[in-house]
Amino acid sequence: MLNIKNLHVAVGGEEIIKGLDLEVGSGELHAVMGPNGSGKSTLGYALAGRDGYEVTDGSVEFDGANLLDLEVEERATAGLFLALQYPVEIPGVNNAYFLRAALNAQRKAKGEEEVDSMGFLKTVREHLKALNMDEALLKRAVNEGFSGGEKKRNEIVQMAVLQPKLAILDETDSGLDIDALKLVAEGVNRLRDENRSFIVITHYQRLLEYLVPDRVHVLSDGRIAESGDRSLAHRLEREGYAFLDTAEA
Amino acid sequence: MSETQQQVEDLIQSRYKAGFYTDIESDTIPAGLNEEVIAMISAKKSEPEWLLEWRLKAFHHWQTLTGPNWAKLNLPPIDFQKIHYFSSPKQKDRPQSLDEVDPKLLETFDKLGVPLHERARLAGVAVDAVFDSVSVGTTFQKELEEAGVIFCSFSEAVQNHPDLVREYLGSVVPYRDNYFACLNSAVFSDGSFVYIPEGTKCPMELSTYFRINARDTGQFERTLIIAEPGAEVSYLEGCTAPMRDENQLHAAVVELVAREKAKVKYSTVQNWYPGDENGKGGIYNFVTKRGDCREDDARISWTQVETGSAITWKYPSCVLRGDRSAGEFYSVALTHNHQQADTGTKMIHLGKNTSSKIISKGISAGKSSNSYRGLVRMAKKADSARNYTQCDSLLIGKTCGAHTFPYIESSNPTAKIEHEATTSRIGEDQLFYCQSRGLDEEEAVALIVDGFCKEVFKELPMEFAVEAKALLEISLEGAVG
Repeated sequence: MLNIKNLHVAVGGEEIIKGLDLEVGSGELHAVMGPNGSGKSTLGYALAGRDGYEVTDGSVEFDGANLLDLEVEERATAGLFLALQYPVEIPGVNNAYFLRAALNAQRKAKGEEEVDSMGFLKTVREHLKALNMDEALLKRAVNEGFSGGEKKRNEIVQMAVLQPKLAILDETDSGLDIDALKLVAEGVNRLRDENRSFIVITHYQRLLEYLVPDRVHVLSDGRIAESGDRSLAHRLEREGYAFLDTAEA
Repeated sequence: MSETQQQVEDLIQSRYKAGFYTDIESDTIPAGLNEEVIAMISAKKSEPEWLLEWRLKAFHHWQTLTGPNWAKLNLPPIDFQKIHYFSSPKQKDRPQSLDEVDPKLLETFDKLGVPLHERARLAGVAVDAVFDSVSVGTTFQKELEEAGVIFCSFSEAVQNHPDLVREYLGSVVPYRDNYFACLNSAVFSDGSFVYIPEGTKCPMELSTYFRINARDTGQFERTLIIAEPGAEVSYLEGCTAPMRDENQLHAAVVELVAREKAKVKYSTVQNWYPGDENGKGGIYNFVTKRGDCREDDARISWTQVETGSAITWKYPSCVLRGDRSAGEFYSVALTHNHQQADTGTKMIHLGKNTSSKIISKGISAGKSSNSYRGLVRMAKKADSARNYTQCDSLLIGKTCGAHTFPYIESSNPTAKIEHEATTSRIGEDQLFYCQSRGLDEEEAVALIVDGFCKEVFKELPMEFAVEAKALLEISLEGAVG
């Protein structure tokens, strides 16, 4: 599904990712952990193609295509989804309208018919309900006046509607209370199947209690310092990231 | 000087000989502005003596005036002697079919969803008489007549309803009002006239769109709308298609009169030619629009979406004379490339418990300059009058400018005035967010701008709102990236 080789990413001239290799197969869920400033969010933005995140070396193959050749919206249409750590507010733009515009833009780019609005609303309402979100949020402006938890859950609603092939969740768990965390995890688990992959960027092990990763990677100073199964997450929880220094030494 | 005068005289004579009223191809008055030209316009329209006198009074007053320079506009001097004050395009100079029309223009029509039979008309195609005679306008004319509504061109109103015209013309915008209104009073060519009788709710939205001669009304339109007590009307002006116009100056006057409990809603979507990417060409749009809530509980609402013109100078205003009368102004003004807009409103509170609301949204892109200029005046007798003003600016890119000039004058201590203003830039984070969900950059900008304008768009009649949105999208093409 995703094959990253020797990725180097610079932000504002400073190299943040320094030769990262990562392969995520179809249907797999990988967790990326690591201390602050290790390049976790940068990895997410670089894969999504955000301006200012300059790939200086390496290659990224996504679902058979060269991801780095694609514009941001083309990556989305190709099936890549990034749930932002800080979802952005768009004043005056109705949440439901935004979602439908995004979905239709992707469908149009793929040469598919636009969605029928009644059917669309029905689906969105189901996703909202599953995430215990108020339907009124559909009529509000995108993320405007949403609580932190509502914003994060709204990202999961978007993901559920857009049905990506690869979803990157950038600290979607941060700032969530335990109930909201469970809802988000359930939302992700509902979407898991053999054709859909996930990269879950997180600081904490607790989300992984619910998500059960196939692989756990520890990012340190722009490289994968350690990879393993979910027991690695437990070790991090116990020992912190300090062991990375000893591992390197 | 006298030689030129003589030439004009000669021209007038020769024109007369050629048969002014029958020969469509010679339907142009030579360039220049003087009493003869005004007399000619008036004669051409077979106007009554009093109207010619009124025009001449305006002209004499205009000669004593100098153009306004207080607006934040870089306005090159206008040579008023080089302008044609009356000009209908010659049939044979027009494109003979849609095939001859600039394909870019047709593409725009397509995007706007303008019906096919309207496209020809808007593009100025010389459509044949049969086509003309089955105009939508005439179909509706009957229904309007039954309701007692008068909706016709200004020239027709002068012929058929001279008393109404005489009573109300200049009663809201006197010819002495300002430089451009004064010029308009002297030389206005045509426009619209609407009369809604007492207690009548106009059975449909009135629109210049439906009027067959809307295309040729020229650069000096005069519109007069009269709503008798309890009457209601919603009027839509302009068309959403780009009107290419070789002439530079557009100075219209719009007067609205709302009597007791009458409601007038006036919506404009303006897309005059804004000039090219380098700021060459385009319309100078100097318009005086004013509504008079002449009696108690009257209500006047202006909604405008302005994307066109090289220079816009326009302040649709409300005079809140009657007690409890209300004025509203909802505006979206978009400037791009080298466009300049100085626009806003005036709310003049004279009566008790009058209220006004101003929602202004300015969007600047390219190298354009976009200014809001608004006056809220509370007169001595305007007890408990209140105003709410919200003035937001959105910047796209780094080379444009947005300015806000609020003027507040209150002579009554019980009056309440609120003013809020914000300026923001379309954020890289917003664009990225939209794009990461699959929208391309232009769609993303359009979506963000649409959200920014929401409060104004919701005031527009449904169909117009859709077109206004499409228009903004087209106007913003290439604004980013």
